[in-house]
Amino acid sequence: MNLIEISNLSKTYPGTKALKEIDLTLEAGHIIGLLGPNGSGKTTLMKILTGIIRDHEGQVLIQGQPVSEKTKALVSYLPDCSYFSSWMRPIDLMEMFQDFYRDFSREKFRSMLQSLGLNEKQRIRTMSKGMVEKLQLCLVMSRDAHLYVLDEPIGGVDPAARDYIMDTILSNYNEHSTILMSTHLIADVEKLFDTVIFLKEGSVVLHGEIDDIRAREGKSIDELFREVFRC
Amino acid sequence: MTNQYASGIPIYLQLSDLFTHRIVSGEWAPGSKVESVRDLAILHEVNPNTMQRALTQLEKDGLVYTERTTGRFITKDKELIGKMKRKLAEELIDAFMKQMESIGIGKKEAMELFLSRAKMEGGEQ
Repeated sequence: MNLIEISNLSKTYPGTKALKEIDLTLEAGHIIGLLGPNGSGKTTLMKILTGIIRDHEGQVLIQGQPVSEKTKALVSYLPDCSYFSSWMRPIDLMEMFQDFYRDFSREKFRSMLQSLGLNEKQRIRTMSKGMVEKLQLCLVMSRDAHLYVLDEPIGGVDPAARDYIMDTILSNYNEHSTILMSTHLIADVEKLFDTVIFLKEGSVVLHGEIDDIRAREGKSIDELFREVFRC
Repeated sequence: MTNQYASGIPIYLQLSDLFTHRIVSGEWAPGSKVESVRDLAILHEVNPNTMQRALTQLEKDGLVYTERTTGRFITKDKELIGKMKRKLAEELIDAFMKQMESIGIGKKEAMELFLSRAKMEGGEQ
């Protein structure tokens, strides 16, 4: 069975069509880059997969079931902005995630925090933007989910921490699950992907394995992106 | 660590070239065990499927073999490793000749230069 089956998916906001008749089939066991310029529909697609946006046209199935409370338990989501309260500490969030998600592992969370140099008693309001991003990633990757949806997970961290974060993603990802990840820092992370999807104005304009694309185009994904989306 | 892969070439081929180099140079000894796909993927910061493909390529080349229960090993076939070494050496020579040609030096002159340079290098030791 395919992990995700999307057919004829459209989403309209007043005045704009964010997604236009998308058909996509994604299998388990891949790290997929969801790439496109600002406003191409990446976040909208991710919010539909996670069940945050429900008023769309077309069908979205995760493990054969329509997006619902049941599929939410299969999906670990890192949103594009933080939803934490400023008084919270990593340890409070750990309790919260433990209550919400049966697949959450405290041990995994703690060891990830430690390896990324975060203190579990530090309050969010005293953390830098990069630290909050790392914390968010630790929470999301500590779940044993079938699908990880990561919306710009490395946007705010410095290049040294980026390597750490990529290691964290690689070493905590189980090979039976799939990661769908959006990013603007393609050159830095394309080696993490085996598959990429290019979204342009709400449509899929490219979907394939990166090494096949590299062989066919004689270019890196970053170079191809710059060409396809030249302003 | 970022951008250590050349842009126009599939990453799995760049990895299999790197590993071939290690086998030919003896850094990866004949008969020794190859690390797991997962560990190699983390070490090289690449997708596990890409790493899998690189190792499959080495298997196709005969440089690596799989034992069903214990994992992957470097071939013990020294003749094959020798053949691969020769192939790599020829590729290096081709590249050398091409670069010499690009600055207007033909094969004969390049060979003379190579020999006198090699003698100099040898004399210094």
